[in-house]
Amino acid sequence: MIKKLLEINGISKTYPGVIANSDISFNINTGEVHALLGENGAGKSTLVKIIYGLVKPDSGNLLLNGVPFRPGTPSEARKAGIAMVFQHFSLFEALSVAENISLGMDNPPNQRDLGKKIKSVSESYGLPLDPAKTVGELSVGGRQRVEIIRCLLQNPKLLVMDEPTSVLTPQEVDILFKTLLKLRSEGTSILYISHKLEEIRKLCDTATILRLGKKVDTCTPEKTSTKKLAEMMVGSTIKAPEKLNKPAGRVMLNVNNICCVSKSQFGTSLTNVTFDLRQGKILGIGGVAGNGQDELFAVLSGEQFSQHGSIGLNGINITKFNPNQRRKIGLLSAPEERLGHAAAPNMSLIENTLITAENSQNLVSRGFIDWKKSKAFAEKVIKKFDVRTPGSQNTAGSLSGGNLQKFVIGREILQNPSVFIVNQPTWGVDAAAASSIRQALLTLSENGAAILVISQDLDELLEISDQFAALNGGALSRIEKTADLSMEQIGLMMGGAKDLEVHNV
Amino acid sequence: MDFSSINPALLIASLMVSATPILLAAIGEAVVEKSGVLNLGVEGMMIVGAVVGFIVAVNTDTPLLGFVCAAIISGIFSIIFGILTQYLKSNQVATGLGLTLVGLGLSALLGRPYEGMKSPTLKALEIPFFSDIPVLGKMLFSHDLMIYFSIFLVTLVWWFLKYTHAGMVLRAVGENHDAAHALGYKVVLVRMLAIMFGGATSGLGGAYISLARVPQWTEGMTAGAGWIALAIVVFASWRPWRVLFGAYIFGGVTVLQLNLQAAGASIPVEYLSMSPYLITIVVLVIISSRGNQGAPASLGRPFHASS
Repeated sequence: MIKKLLEINGISKTYPGVIANSDISFNINTGEVHALLGENGAGKSTLVKIIYGLVKPDSGNLLLNGVPFRPGTPSEARKAGIAMVFQHFSLFEALSVAENISLGMDNPPNQRDLGKKIKSVSESYGLPLDPAKTVGELSVGGRQRVEIIRCLLQNPKLLVMDEPTSVLTPQEVDILFKTLLKLRSEGTSILYISHKLEEIRKLCDTATILRLGKKVDTCTPEKTSTKKLAEMMVGSTIKAPEKLNKPAGRVMLNVNNICCVSKSQFGTSLTNVTFDLRQGKILGIGGVAGNGQDELFAVLSGEQFSQHGSIGLNGINITKFNPNQRRKIGLLSAPEERLGHAAAPNMSLIENTLITAENSQNLVSRGFIDWKKSKAFAEKVIKKFDVRTPGSQNTAGSLSGGNLQKFVIGREILQNPSVFIVNQPTWGVDAAAASSIRQALLTLSENGAAILVISQDLDELLEISDQFAALNGGALSRIEKTADLSMEQIGLMMGGAKDLEVHNV
Repeated sequence: MDFSSINPALLIASLMVSATPILLAAIGEAVVEKSGVLNLGVEGMMIVGAVVGFIVAVNTDTPLLGFVCAAIISGIFSIIFGILTQYLKSNQVATGLGLTLVGLGLSALLGRPYEGMKSPTLKALEIPFFSDIPVLGKMLFSHDLMIYFSIFLVTLVWWFLKYTHAGMVLRAVGENHDAAHALGYKVVLVRMLAIMFGGATSGLGGAYISLARVPQWTEGMTAGAGWIALAIVVFASWRPWRVLFGAYIFGGVTVLQLNLQAAGASIPVEYLSMSPYLITIVVLVIISSRGNQGAPASLGRPFHASS
């Protein structure tokens, strides 16, 4: 028989100018995996924060096991049996695994007993962990384990997981699913937030779909097609980007045996990376976060120099060129971090356009800024890429993540680069915007540009790239044709399986 | 030149005296920075402690009460910094510099009537048996209470940060305040307490200058001790025992160069006077150049609770 664990009745929450949640009601039953689906800004995070006691709702109530439940703080929520794994991990890199776990508990035992407990629980769920290790040394998958074990040690009745698989390899995803199914069989309920529909269909018993702060539907994901689920999320039909198969042109960018020591303490240094980018082709670089993606991007964009090896663009040796010199000869790049790296948050969109398009669009003459031209170009980007903003005078920081992403990608694409390097083009962007960004990349490649896409979203890479390679521990795997690859092979490439790993000869 | 006038036992004894003000201020600042707050007002809090300690000690003739009041008043003084930076979200660097300026001005005003007076000083503790050991007794066991207290405080801070749950929470707040907040820890409260602790120990350090090291009041008498304490914290990689080590090197070189000056060494006085600053920083830079620096990741970053 089905028992209701958590009843959510008419929850509403308004922030100045935004309705985050509007009259949301649904139930989570004991021992079920319940999916919460929705685009960015649909109100998933706010709802979860309300359940976890981080945000107080304006109206509506929660019933836990039939008793009114109003957590004022996360620790009250934890006491009531609710545990949460955050999307952006709430971990302390300089502290050990045991210390991190103990910080998330209300009555932590002493470190030695806790260490033993961590070992036994983590092994029984197939997620082995060394309690003495510093979290900064762990992979992203390892960090997630820390979060999950932290939750499991408190025997939660409801485990909330916010986008848990976005950073994992397919193999790690399998392990995670096994753990979650084991938990379900033990009677734990799981509230699972994701926008990866295939996963939800595989794992979840029920799905509640939110759109613009309202509940739009509840369904059984197994019996609903992915396409239908996506349309319920977006509220309209989505057109998948089309890929034309054009023959490869000549080599535009030649990267030969580059190495680069990471600047960040917990980063990964690049070792002997070699590849070519051809006109009209997209090379996708996958891999778990923190395996050298940021370093690869920095070396290609010119923010950092390779210690040896060379980078050639169309026959010119650009190994020691800085980003602006590279821009002048047609190599443009769009970094992962939108605010602060790709765009200056407190400057207007016009000024942000000027930053990268100054040379290619002749926006500066004799040392003076041509504001009229800059504004025209910024507005062209806004119009062509459907950036939703009141005007080009608004600051970059005032745009939502997806809109800003469209802006920074559009800004580079409209400069007609001959080589385009992009890191995480659709990270944290909703389905409709992501699809339009991908289409723009494909169009750019059809027009003859050579493109490198670094991404953690495997589906995205499979959708748009012609060739695929994975970064693992700073080394690049063999480059394969995307069309020939199975998910399993990709997982092995990402995990650095020996037979696929190539140490450049 | 006559180096025979330099007595090693006396040198070590006076080294500890000269290092203690900096040690007290630095160990407090280390805790403040471990919680993720950069308080550049150490110099100001020290001099407020120096003047308050002096005034209380002179008027009550009880130096110990002077120290207690110095700690309390400097702790309260640091709350100004805490409220401005933690609740009103002002810039930590600018606010800290402001605190130093206010402290220097305020102390000059309060201290005016006391210029030229002499304060009662703490008596050296006579520890039975230990104080009577030849050489060693004079070197290590005939100091006043505050010197022992400063070493005890270093031990306490080390133990607190390493072994207690509260210490772990403090480190966590300094490491990633958003995560600490998400786990339900009170970031602002933890930081306010750390700031007050730092204020109190800086006050003790200042009072030690005006009540023990130079038992009198002169305007601006801390003379940069607060700044060197800040530098020591950074170059000691935020580790309590290295803070002690750094402070003692500074004290040692200070005393040594004074002795060399007195002995008439042929090195120009200017070089001798700058040597403690240079040598301390060079030594600590060499130590900290290897391996993990251990800077708290949230150091100096403003915290806005997102919900």
